[in-house]
Amino acid sequence: MQLIRKFFYGDIPDGASGAEQQTSVTKKTDWPLWEVFIRSKQGLDHKHVGSLHAADAQMAIENARDVYTRRMEGVSIWVVESSQIVASNPQEAGELYEPATDKVYRHPTFYDLPDEVKHM
Amino acid sequence: MPTYDLEKLFQERIDQEIKIEPKDWMPDAYRKTNLRQISQHAHSEIVGMLPEGNWISRAPSLKRKAILLAKVQDEAGHGLYLYSAAETLGQSREQMINDLHSGKAKYSSIFNYPTLTWADIGAIGWLVDGAAIMNQVMLTRTSYGPYARAMVRICKEESFHQRQGFETLLVLSKGTPAQRAMCQDAINRWWWPALMMFGPRDSESSNSDLSMKWKIKRKSNDELRQQFVDMIAEQVKLLGMQLPDPALKWNAARNHYDFGDINWEEFWQVVKGNGPCNKERLEARKKAWEEGQWVREAAAAYAAKNKTRNKAA
Repeated sequence: MQLIRKFFYGDIPDGASGAEQQTSVTKKTDWPLWEVFIRSKQGLDHKHVGSLHAADAQMAIENARDVYTRRMEGVSIWVVESSQIVASNPQEAGELYEPATDKVYRHPTFYDLPDEVKHM
Repeated sequence: MPTYDLEKLFQERIDQEIKIEPKDWMPDAYRKTNLRQISQHAHSEIVGMLPEGNWISRAPSLKRKAILLAKVQDEAGHGLYLYSAAETLGQSREQMINDLHSGKAKYSSIFNYPTLTWADIGAIGWLVDGAAIMNQVMLTRTSYGPYARAMVRICKEESFHQRQGFETLLVLSKGTPAQRAMCQDAINRWWWPALMMFGPRDSESSNSDLSMKWKIKRKSNDELRQQFVDMIAEQVKLLGMQLPDPALKWNAARNHYDFGDINWEEFWQVVKGNGPCNKERLEARKKAWEEGQWVREAAAAYAAKNKTRNKAA
């Protein structure tokens, strides 16, 4: 990998640093990105906390320990390669969630009951 | 849907305090501004490890050494949270690091000042982290979701940094005359650079207007700076020390402290690369990156080999 050595901080304007060309050269060595999920204590769900780069799953877990649980924030760690995650498209949210929007009767508050009814 | 509608919808979401998430549509300038700000913030955390790292091997006791190690490790963690947040905007980690090394990307100028004595470690925790916290607490409410979440995480950890800094100075302030002098000297040297951390005056700051409109920032540089001065001017009394500003005075009419003029010429010089340690800091980062190259390659090769092995089995 070739790094530009002759320039120092602040010497060069935005467009002329040459940094653009470096991407394609170095991209190959970038470790894959992993998403990290942590169970903060027994009985709770694993929750997404962030992401990190690691060469493999083992390293991802060890790095996740160092980055996301320095203060005992977790009792269990999941890591998933980010490229494996399939996500819904926010631009299609309208259509995607449409089936739920007109079914107010699914909510308990839809039903008007006399105040005398207890425990319901 | 035509583009002008998207922009209007975007602004409506911002105005309704709905966070923007990575896959949401956003104006290019919003993406660029966030990318610049978050990556600069990440670089600052990483470069910020250097001045403090200088004192890990020289800490006055095992306790102080362990604390400083933990703090510097936190800064590395903060850098990583922020790099991850910036990556969600579509730039690779390596690109960001290359931009830092080539000088294209900036980091907080405060880290271009040297740590000459042990008291500097206290002053950094109290003043530098203190100033950073003002900014970061505001940023926990920033409009870009991943940035806001990284900030919440960081703010939780940052409080330890500031407290240990103040306590370090408190111990020195109760020590021998030499220790007291060292404490005062560190405050003298870090005070003005800490005030500069909030950036240029509002009238000169080029990024503020849009940043406010898009709720990336919620307070102006001058507002945050004033808040910081008011806080520190009170805290310094508990140390029995002075801030090096003869113009510092409570102004009952404004309900704020007045303070003297900042040397903006110095600020711009350091931003432009002429601070006491600019060159040294970047050299250290590049050296670490280059000397770690074989480790990154070896780990990648090992992972690739294991993958093919597992497939064969």
